[in-house]
Amino acid sequence: MSSNHHIMPLPAYILVFCTLLAGTALTVWVAFIDLGALNTVVAISIAVVKALFVILYFMHVRYASRLTWVFAGAGFLWLAILLAITMADVMSRGWLPFPTSDFLNIR
Amino acid sequence: MAEPVHGLAHHFEDMDQQRESATLGMWAFLVTEVLFFGGLFAAYTVYRTLYPAGFAEASHHLDVTLGAINTAVLIGSSLTMALAVREGQLGRKKGIILFLVLTILLGVAFLGIKGIEYSHKFHEHLFPGLGMFQVDSPVASEMQLFFGLYFAMTGMHAFHMIIGVGLMVWLIVKASRGRFTAEYYGPVEIVGLYWHFVDIVWIFLFPLLYLIGRHG
Repeated sequence: MSSNHHIMPLPAYILVFCTLLAGTALTVWVAFIDLGALNTVVAISIAVVKALFVILYFMHVRYASRLTWVFAGAGFLWLAILLAITMADVMSRGWLPFPTSDFLNIR
Repeated sequence: MAEPVHGLAHHFEDMDQQRESATLGMWAFLVTEVLFFGGLFAAYTVYRTLYPAGFAEASHHLDVTLGAINTAVLIGSSLTMALAVREGQLGRKKGIILFLVLTILLGVAFLGIKGIEYSHKFHEHLFPGLGMFQVDSPVASEMQLFFGLYFAMTGMHAFHMIIGVGLMVWLIVKASRGRFTAEYYGPVEIVGLYWHFVDIVWIFLFPLLYLIGRHG
């Protein structure tokens, strides 16, 4: 039952820290290069990778129980649903004319 | 009856079960936090999609250097927080206190830099309320929307950090009274999870607020 008590070696923490700093430098550097619409995609991708490093190592989720994985994953699944359905509404506005009906007397 | 174990609440079988329950409970709370900030991120996504020009121009008024320095400071504070938890796992009281103090110092440094940025925005008439907002641009009202989100998102983030600093002061008091052992350091770990979550929010806020359309 020592899985909850996994102690990461000091150099591993330093390595994660350096990876996060490198990610920050990379995201600033790449923002000044014109990639068109890809700029936002790259910025968010780097942020997701950085967040994964924080979650897996600093927050010890890599060494936590499967149930903890489900809890952590659920948060981001519902965040994805929140963003996807909100944007589905916003982006599909105006695709179809506003419905009118003589029968229901709506104009 | 077994001997009572230090730090073990009576309704748990053993320390491992207690630790597992605490971690799960904290993650359940963090899920609500993800969705709380998620609402702000959704509002941001909607308005940036509708008003890309205003968002890009407004973003250029933010200071990338200060933003990047603050990102590094906050990542550093996450490192010291993780090391405080590690000292907890090893049952080293002095180590816990040392790394918590370092984390607080880095957290306060972040808030200080944020305060400097806020005061610049006030002086440049970029605060979106109290009739202060004044920008000479064809997309001024779109920019005002961006700064509304900027202050709401970074303000809510800073508020979480202030709570985190308060929690760490409480941990330092507990640690200095010798409450933590290698078997019982749960509160350090739980506050650690909270602090790392706040770090993750900033990891997304920095590119989304500071780095829009910086090229060309």
